[in-house]
Parts: sequence; C-alpha cells; structure tokens
Amino acid sequence: MDQETCMVKQIRSLDSDMQTLVYENYNKFISATDTIRKMKNDFKKMEDEMDCLSANMAAITDFSARISGTLEDQHAQITKLSGVHTLLRKLQFLFELPARLNKCLELQAYSQAVSSHRRARCVLQQYSHMPSFKGIQDDCHAIMDKLAQELRQKFRDGGSSAKDLSECVELLLQLDEPAEDLCEKYLNHAGSRLELDLQSLEAEIRPSPPGPALKDSSTRRPSPSVTVGSPPDGTAKTSALPSPSSNTDILEFIDRGCNEFVSSLCLVITSYQELFVNHAQTGELASKNIPQMANSKLHAFVDDLAARYFSLVERRIKEEKGVADNSLLVRALDRFFRRLQAVAKLLPGSSVPQQGTEIVIRAATERVKQYLAALQSFYMDSLTDVRQALATPRLSLAAPGAGSHFGGSTSGRDAPSSLPELLSSLSASILNQIKSVLASVHLFTAKDITFSNKPYFKGEFCCQGVRESLVVSFIKFVCQSSRQFCESAGDKGGSTPPALLLLLSRLCLDYETSTISYILTLTDEQFLAQHHNPVTAVTALCAEAREAAQKLLNHYVKVQGLIISQMLRKSVETRDWVNTIEPRNVRAVMKRVVEDTTSIDVQVGLLYEEGVRKAHSSDSSKRTFSVYSSSRQQTRYAASYTPSAPMDTNLLSNIHKLFSERIDIFSSVEFNKVSVMTGIIKISLKTFLECVRLRTFGRYGLQQIQVDCHYLQMYLWRFVSDENLVHFLLDEIVGSSAHRCLDPAPMEQSVIEVICERG
Amino acid sequence: MEDDAPVIYGLEFQARSLTAQTAETDAIRFLVGTQSLKFDNQIHIIDFDDENNIINKNVLLHQAGEIWNIGASPADKEVLTTCYNKTSDSRVVSCAAVWRMPTNWETGSHESPDDSAHNPQTLELLCHLDDSAHGNAACVLWEPMGDGKRVISLADNHVLLWDLQESSTQATISSTAMLEGKGQLKFTSGKWSPHHNCSQLATASDTAIRGWDLRTMNQIYCIDNAHGQLVRDLDFNPNRQYYLASCGDDCKVKFWDVRNIQEPIKTLEEHSHWVWSVRYNHSHDQLVLTASSDSRLILSNMVSISSEPFGHLVDDEDLSDGEDNHQEDKCKEPLKDSVVSTYEEHEDSVYAAEWSSADPWLFASLSYDGRLVINRVPRTLKYQILL
Repeated sequence: MDQETCMVKQIRSLDSDMQTLVYENYNKFISATDTIRKMKNDFKKMEDEMDCLSANMAAITDFSARISGTLEDQHAQITKLSGVHTLLRKLQFLFELPARLNKCLELQAYSQAVSSHRRARCVLQQYSHMPSFKGIQDDCHAIMDKLAQELRQKFRDGGSSAKDLSECVELLLQLDEPAEDLCEKYLNHAGSRLELDLQSLEAEIRPSPPGPALKDSSTRRPSPSVTVGSPPDGTAKTSALPSPSSNTDILEFIDRGCNEFVSSLCLVITSYQELFVNHAQTGELASKNIPQMANSKLHAFVDDLAARYFSLVERRIKEEKGVADNSLLVRALDRFFRRLQAVAKLLPGSSVPQQGTEIVIRAATERVKQYLAALQSFYMDSLTDVRQALATPRLSLAAPGAGSHFGGSTSGRDAPSSLPELLSSLSASILNQIKSVLASVHLFTAKDITFSNKPYFKGEFCCQGVRESLVVSFIKFVCQSSRQFCESAGDKGGSTPPALLLLLSRLCLDYETSTISYILTLTDEQFLAQHHNPVTAVTALCAEAREAAQKLLNHYVKVQGLIISQMLRKSVETRDWVNTIEPRNVRAVMKRVVEDTTSIDVQVGLLYEEGVRKAHSSDSSKRTFSVYSSSRQQTRYAASYTPSAPMDTNLLSNIHKLFSERIDIFSSVEFNKVSVMTGIIKISLKTFLECVRLRTFGRYGLQQIQVDCHYLQMYLWRFVSDENLVHFLLDEIVGSSAHRCLDPAPMEQSVIEVICERG
Repeated sequence: MEDDAPVIYGLEFQARSLTAQTAETDAIRFLVGTQSLKFDNQIHIIDFDDENNIINKNVLLHQAGEIWNIGASPADKEVLTTCYNKTSDSRVVSCAAVWRMPTNWETGSHESPDDSAHNPQTLELLCHLDDSAHGNAACVLWEPMGDGKRVISLADNHVLLWDLQESSTQATISSTAMLEGKGQLKFTSGKWSPHHNCSQLATASDTAIRGWDLRTMNQIYCIDNAHGQLVRDLDFNPNRQYYLASCGDDCKVKFWDVRNIQEPIKTLEEHSHWVWSVRYNHSHDQLVLTASSDSRLILSNMVSISSEPFGHLVDDEDLSDGEDNHQEDKCKEPLKDSVVSTYEEHEDSVYAAEWSSADPWLFASLSYDGRLVINRVPRTLKYQILL
C-alpha cells in the first residue's frame, strides 16, 4: 500500500512536472511564431524600396549617357592638341640645338652638350632625309666635332686633373670615340704624369754617385765654394736637396714613392677601370670587347711603369749598405710591400705584387749577405785587436823575462794572464754581434710586417737565408779563417803570434763543445724554422770546428817547437865541439829552453786543462832521474867506449827501440796542456838529436852534452805526459854524441849533478 | 806476396851514405859508406840477387875517414867519389876524393867470403878533389850520363867544377862559382840536372834552392824560402826538364816547376819529421821515394805531375786492335796522386834512399843504425803502370 501510495505520489509529481514542461515549451513556440510573422512584414517593405532604387539608377544612367555623348567631340580635340604641343616642343629643341650646343661649348659645359646631343641624335638620324632636319644634323655634327676636338685638346693638355680627365674620357666615349685610342691616350697621359713622379724619385737616387764626389771636391778645396757668393748658393741648394742618399733615408724614399707614384698609379688604375672596364660593361660598348682590350692595355701599362719603379727601388735598396739600422729598411720594405697590395687588389691578375715580393726577398737576402760580411769583418777586426793586445804586453815584458829563468815563468804568467780574458771577451763580443744581427734579421719576420707571412719568409728565409747563409756561413768562416792561419803561417814561419793560434784553437774548441749548438738553437728558436730541406747539421759544424781547433793547436805546437828547435840547432851548429873546454856549467841556451818551455806551459795552462799524465809520485823526478843516469846511461857509455864491441850500442838501442813505441814527432796533439807540452818538447829534443848526429865531438864536447841533457832532464819531465819519452830522447842524444865523439870519456854522474844543481 | 817482402841487411857501423852503382845496369848493386870515428870505415858493395832474394856483400876499406856522401861514376863502375871527414890534430876536416875499386874485389869475395870480411881490400885513391882555397866538401856530383870526366863538388859556399884527366888520376878545377850573401852560407846538397845537355845544377842552401848555369857559372834562378826550414835534398824529374822535387826540415816534400818559382806545384806532407832524401824513379817519374828521420820511407805515386799524367798512353796498335780497350781507357779518370806505401822497417832515422839503376822497380834505403832495406814497388802498382 505504502508502496502504491508512494508510486501514486511519484506518478503525480511526474505528471505535474510534465505539465509544467509542456506549458513552458508552448510559450516559446508562440513567441517564435510571432517573430516570424513580424519578419514577413519587414521584407515586404524592403522589396518596395529596392524597386524604387532600381528605377532611379536607370534614370541616372540614362542621363550620363546623354552627357558623354555631348562631350565626346571636345575631348578628341584636346588630345590632339596636346600631341601637337609635345611635337612642337621637340622640334623646337631640335631647332634650338645648334645654338644651345654652341652656348654650352662657350660655357664649357661639355657634359650638358653631350647629353643634349645624345638625346637628339637618334631623331636626327631618323629624319635625316628631310632637308631641314638634315641641316640641323649637319650643324650639330659640326658643333660636336668641334666639341670633341676641344675635349681632345683638353685631354691632351697635361694640366687637367685626373677627375677632369676622366670626365673628358667619359664624354668622348659617349661621343663614339674609338675606345682603343682613348685608352691609349689616357694611359699615355697618365703615364707622363707618373713619369714625373718617377723622375723625381730618380733624382733622389741619382745624385748619390756624384754626391760623394761633389762632397769630396768641396772638402778638398773648401775655400772657393764657400767664399764665392752666388754660385755656391745654387750648388748648395742642389747638394742639400737631393744630394747623397743619406739625406733622404730609405724610409723617406719609399714613403715618397708610395705616396706619389703608387697612389697616383692606384688612382689611374681605378679611374681607368671605372671608365673603360666597369662603365663599358654596363653600357652599349660591352659588346665590342672593350673591357678585355682595355684590361690588357692597362696591364701592359702598369707592368711597364712598375718595372721602372721597381728598378728605382732596387737601386735605392742597393745603396743601403750600412747595416746599422735594419728596422728602417724593414719598415721601408714593409710599406713598399703594403702599398703594392693595394695595386694587387685593384688589378687582380697583375704580376706587380709578385715582383714586389721578389724585390723584398732580394733585399732581404742581400741584407743577410751584408750581415754576413759585417760579421766577418767584425771577426777579423776583433782578431786584429786581439793580436794587438797580445803584442803590447809582450813588448813590455820582454825585458824582465830575460832575467832569471824562474823569474821568467812568473813574468810569463803576467804577460798572457790576459789570455783567458781576451778569449772570453772575444767570444762574448762575437756572440753578442751574432745575437744583435739575429735580432735585426728577425725584424724581417716580425708579425706586424706584412710580408712576413709570405711563405718565403716563413720557410726559406728562416732556414736557407738566416740559418744557412748567415749563421752557418759565419761559423764556417770562423773555422776557415782559423785554418788559414795555419796554412799561411806555415811557410813564412810564425807570422801569426803563437798565442793567437792557441787562443783561436781554444775558441774553436769552445765552439765545438757548446757555442755552435747554442747559436743554432738560438736561431732555430727565434725563427721557428721548420726545416723542410736538409740543413747543415750541428754535428757537421762541430766536426769542422774541432778540426780547425786541432789544426790550430798542432800548428801552435809546431811553431813553438820550431822556435825552441831553432835555438837548439843554432847552439849545436855554431860551436866547435871538438875543441871545447871542460864544461863548468850548463849552457845558457839550455836555460833559455827551459825558461821558454815554462812560459809556454803557463800560456797553455791558461787556456787548456792539465790533461792526464802517467802517474808518478811527487819526487819521481829525482828517482827516475837517478835510475836514468846511474844505471842506464852509465852502462851505455861503458859500452860505447869499450872498443871491444861497436855492435853493442846498436844492439842496446835497438832492443830499447823494440820495446818502446815509435815516436811520431810532428803528430797530432790532444786538447790538453800536457799533450801540447809533450809535442813541443818532442820536436825540440828530436831536433837536438839530429843536430848532434851531424857533428863530431871531443871529450869535453860530449861532457857538455851530458851536462846539458841532465839539466833538461831535471826540468822537462814535469811538462810531459810520459817522462820516459824525455828520458828516451835524451838518452838518444847522449848516446849519439858519444858515438860521434873522438874520445868518449863521459863525465862522472856526480859532477854532472853538481854542475846542474849550481844552475 | 813473398816476393815483395823487404830484404834487410845490417851494417856494423852507422851509415848515412848510399848510392846505386850507376854504371852497372845488369846487376842490382848499391854502395854504402859507413860512419865510424874509431874504426876504419868501409864501403859495402851490396849485390842483390833478384831471383833468389839474397844479398851478397863485399867490403872495401875506406881508411881516409867517415863517409858522409858517396857517388858512383856514371861511366866506369869501378870509380866512385866520397866526401869524408878527416880528423887530425883535434880538427875535423871534410874532404872529397875519387877512388877506384880494386879490380878483383868481386872474385875475391866469391872464393873466400870469410876472408873478405876479415881482410878487406882497400880502395885505390885516384885523386883528391881538394883545393886549399876551398873548405869542407858537402857532396860530389857526377855529370849525369856523362863519360865520367866531370864532377862537381860543393864546398862550403863554392861550386867547384872539376875535370878528371888521365883516367881520373888528376883533377883540375875548370870553373867555380860562389854563393854570396850575408851570414855563413853553406851548400847542404845539390843535383846536376840531366837535362839541357847537362848544363844546369841545382843546389840547396839553408831554405833556398838555387839553379846554376854551368857554362857561365851564374845563378839562373833562386827559390827563396822553398821550405820553411832547411832544404835537405833535391832531385830532378828525369823526364820533365823543368820539374824538380825538394825536401826539408819542415817535413814537406815539394815539387817545383822552375819556370814559375812563386809556388810549388805540389806539396806532400806525409812525414812526421824532417825529410832527408827525395828520389824520382829513373824511368817512371810518377814514383817518388822519400826518406825521413821519422824512420819511415814513403813511396808516393805522383801521377798528376808526372810525364804520364793520364797513365800509360794507348798505342796506335791497341787502338786498331780493339775499340773496347780504347773506350775503357777513355773512361778512366785522371789518376790521383797517392801514397803507395809507407815502409816501416827502419828503427832509426832514414837518411838515404836510392832507386836501383838496374831494376826500375827496386829501391834501397839506409837508416842511421846501419840497416839497409831493399824493397820493391808493389806488384799491383807496377802492373798498373806497365799495362
């Protein structure tokens, strides 16, 4: 029930809901019908109005058609009239043209004239069959010819400016002048002006050959040129302005060249191109192949002038001999080069910049050559200085040196004490010079220099130019000139002081050990050279230097040895050994030999290390000496004067020789003091031996030799690497003199010792 | 090669003087003069038997004194000259003399070799080449290729030209020349040129080489400072008349063209001490022998300045024979000067070296200790020169 009631309730509520919905929709429906009805009314009204409008429009159309019909005649008339008017104006222009042209001519308004003429030309051409137009045309032609004439005249005149000129050319071109002629003329004209520039440049160079002569003559006879009033004025002016090249330095020169010649050349090129090439390309002339023709002409022209300019520049560069200020040259070259780049930009196919580069390269290599020469002369000069330095203390010390023989050694120490100083100052100054030269040359490759990034300056210049032909050549020169000292002095006998030989030898040795590699590393670093092509190796140079050092040292040994030899030889040759008196003391010449040897030892010691000698104890001199004298010598003498066996001595000395090595007298020495001294002593003693063998001795002669040899033995052992060598040679000397002795009665060893101790 | 091994002969005495027996062209024979102050000096006649490689010696006594220089007559093989030192009254005098060997020296030795050693025969004195006016003789030179009638002796600073008469028993000075200059000038050695009809002489004194014209006895050229030190010896190129070799104390051997004496045409610096002797081979003038007090003997092949600078010239016959041969020769570059070999058999200074007069490929050298070494030109070089 409840449910039913509930259902009923629900049905009722639903029913009422439906009723309300129906009511609402009904209302809406009614309003919509109202609206539609209203619209229908409106449309009807509009239709009426539209009909009215169309009626009106028809009326308007009708009216306008009527009006245009009335105006048509008048309109046609007006059009015709205006046509006649323009024709008349044109005709008037034509008729007035000759007069106008004349007027333009008078006023020199050429461009206006030309443009007027151009406008009329076609018409005149077209109607030339009519006599009146023909007349006008003739008149115009006559005038234009005149004008062209005038233009040409103006063109030919030198005075007009480039701008005027180009205007002229433009006009003439428009007047159908043959372009080729024009080009030629234009270029001729420009050429003549550039010529002037060149001449003024040349004038700056030319005075240089007569310049110094003029100067000389004026210095030679200064009074007339100064005292005479007016003429010197003129000469002074000429000599002051363009005279010697030093007046205008190269930078100034190049500057002038650039500003005057190159810039006007550029101007010419631009205007020419403007006129004949670019302009023609757009215009009607393009068809006639004019640009090509013009271009080739231009190239020929530029090349010709540039060649002359280059030759001038080159002449000027050649005059730049002094190596003092390289930066000036480099800057000049840079400017020169840079300005040429402008030309290159203007004229892409031209060979000018390439030639310019070549000039720069040539100048650079020339400069390098000059530096080499300067280095070489510097080296020779410093050698002369060293020579003088060596000579001066010598003289002052010659006097005390002759005193007591060990005083000699001390004074000898003073004399060449400057040797190491000289050496170090010499090598330092050479090194400095090389460095400064490198720095100067380095300017060529500086970053801010335009041409430095050319491949030549990056590669070849660094390695071929600087490294090879400057640095390597210089080192080679040093070695070579050192070697020449050995050769030239060889025959004449010591024209070079021995100390210099020693010093140079040390210099070369130093070069071998360090300086060469230092210099080359320095060069390579500075120039960042990548060596594409093979360069001289450091080792080869070092070998050369070592060879030179060896040669010099050998020569030094030879020269010093010969000096001592000469003393010994004279002393042996000039004495009558048969009739000499009993020896009372050591001969002075032996003391002298020891003295000289000592001072040589000191001298060598200043530059060369001690070197190795065969070990001997501090008192070895005494010991070996006593062995030498008491046993060996005595037995030999015994043998030699026992009449029983003349063979024995031979046998003995032969056995001795079997066990001792063969001695090369003039042999190569090592780079140390002991070896050098050994060499010198060897030479001296061998000479002594040979001289002794050529003489005949009396009893006392032999004894004198014994004393002398003992004395030498006492002092010389300390200098040599192997004292046995000295023993052996002295043995030979005494042995030989014993052989050559008529009455070989040797002196008692003790007596000899006493005599020698006494000095 | 065994054949090339040097043959060594030892003398009892020291010796400086060596010569080939110039007139002997069949046997290889050298004469050596000894130097001894205490014993009688000897002249050793060294015969070399080429086939058996054996040396035969004969000794002649030279009692006058120690021999400094020896020269064999080019015409008479029995005749020789020596310069020797004579000591008398504690004075040493250098003399020169012409000697004749005893005729039977050879047979005597063969019969009893022991006897000859113990009881040597004595040289027969033909004549002295001494003149009271002129002093110490340094060397005596025979006229090359002459008839053995003319000799030159160099005494101190004089050149003496002697005529030998009556089979060399008498000598008269035919002309003299004197070296003038400051100081005590002395000739050290000389050489009689075989060219120009034997009318020229070259002498060495101190560092200079001088040429003399023997007809006028005037100096014709002078190479001052030919060597840095003393000039020790000279020799004329046997085939090129203006070419001259010299050696000296500067360890160098120099070759000169006497027409241009400013510069030597060639210099050799192979020795390490004074060079005492230089000798051209008599037939192949590219071979030059030098002896030095560095105890070495050096044989050099100086092709470039010899009379055959391009090697052996091809004969016409060879040309026609084979074109190949000719081509090969043409391809050959000019031969280079070179040291052929260095002989180190000596242990003392070598003062003399001589080519044999009989065998052009053989030479002897003498060192101060009395060692005489006979060597041959290496076979390869010999064939290279001959073929």
